[in-house]
Amino acid sequence: MAHAETQTASHHFTTTGLDNRKVAIWMFIGSECMLFASLISTYLIYKGKSVVGPFPHEAWTNPATGQAFPPILDIPVTSVSTFVLLMSSLAMVLALAAVENRGKPVPPGLSGKILSSSKLWLFMTCLMGATFLGFQAYEFTSFVHEGLTIRTNLFGSSFFTLTGFHGAHVTAGVIWLGTLLAIDMKRGLQPKDAVWVDIAALYWHFVDVVWIAIFTLVYLIQ
Amino acid sequence: MAHETAGHPNPDHAHEHPTWKQYKWVALILTVITALEVWAYYIPALVASVFFVPLLLIMSAAKFAIVVLFYMHLRYDHRLFRLLFTGPLTIAMATLIALLFLLARTGALHVS
Repeated sequence: MAHAETQTASHHFTTTGLDNRKVAIWMFIGSECMLFASLISTYLIYKGKSVVGPFPHEAWTNPATGQAFPPILDIPVTSVSTFVLLMSSLAMVLALAAVENRGKPVPPGLSGKILSSSKLWLFMTCLMGATFLGFQAYEFTSFVHEGLTIRTNLFGSSFFTLTGFHGAHVTAGVIWLGTLLAIDMKRGLQPKDAVWVDIAALYWHFVDVVWIAIFTLVYLIQ
Repeated sequence: MAHETAGHPNPDHAHEHPTWKQYKWVALILTVITALEVWAYYIPALVASVFFVPLLLIMSAAKFAIVVLFYMHLRYDHRLFRLLFTGPLTIAMATLIALLFLLARTGALHVS
């Protein structure tokens, strides 16, 4: 009995039989839903209420200076960054599968070696996350150069707050995955570590689904 | 009993994850839906129609559901995890929709 209790404690299982780290990450993700819903609500409530430009989808001419501003959102660039983030989720599930299946027979050939390399897929996920952040930095910089800052109008305030919060979450995810990659490089992640990769993966996929919503509501719906 | 729980922590909740081929198909479907969304954005007649916003929302919801069900394994995981996610998500969505209706109806949106 005592042995069983010790084992239970060391494996962090709750009375439901579920790992408490997974319960915790799902509760955290639930609370994050609330956070992003409030930010998206704010954006939608202020959508189309800006008195001065630049505007997201419409051209605008400043009546005081006569300066013309084109629609500020760059859909092709954001589409590419969206694709990169979606593919990072694929790399993440492959990293988790590689850790969970470590020690099991791998399919013969190069594809088997590639699929079973958790280091490769963790690195690819980090790389694609960093690429997404690079796109976002480019977008923010170009917006500022085109005259849109967080203080310009309601669109600027709500847009930079929403996408900035999301970018901060992506940054945290890249750092988190970077630490897992460092551990994997140092001692190799084993199936017993899979739950740590699993909770990082859940966080990463959540960041992805938030962007799916943002891409449609902010960028595509005019 | 306690020992069984410790030795097999979640025997009733054991789940299988999708295979590499399923992950590949999921990625392909997500890519196709994203391409359709962007394609729809560049069709002026569709953008001007009443179908544009519902169409985009449906495609976005489909992508959201696919990632949550397959990549986050919610389709295969314990129902408590489903509850922990869908509960707050439902509250969040209801709050969002209620706020939009409330502020649109009262005219409180016209601030500056």
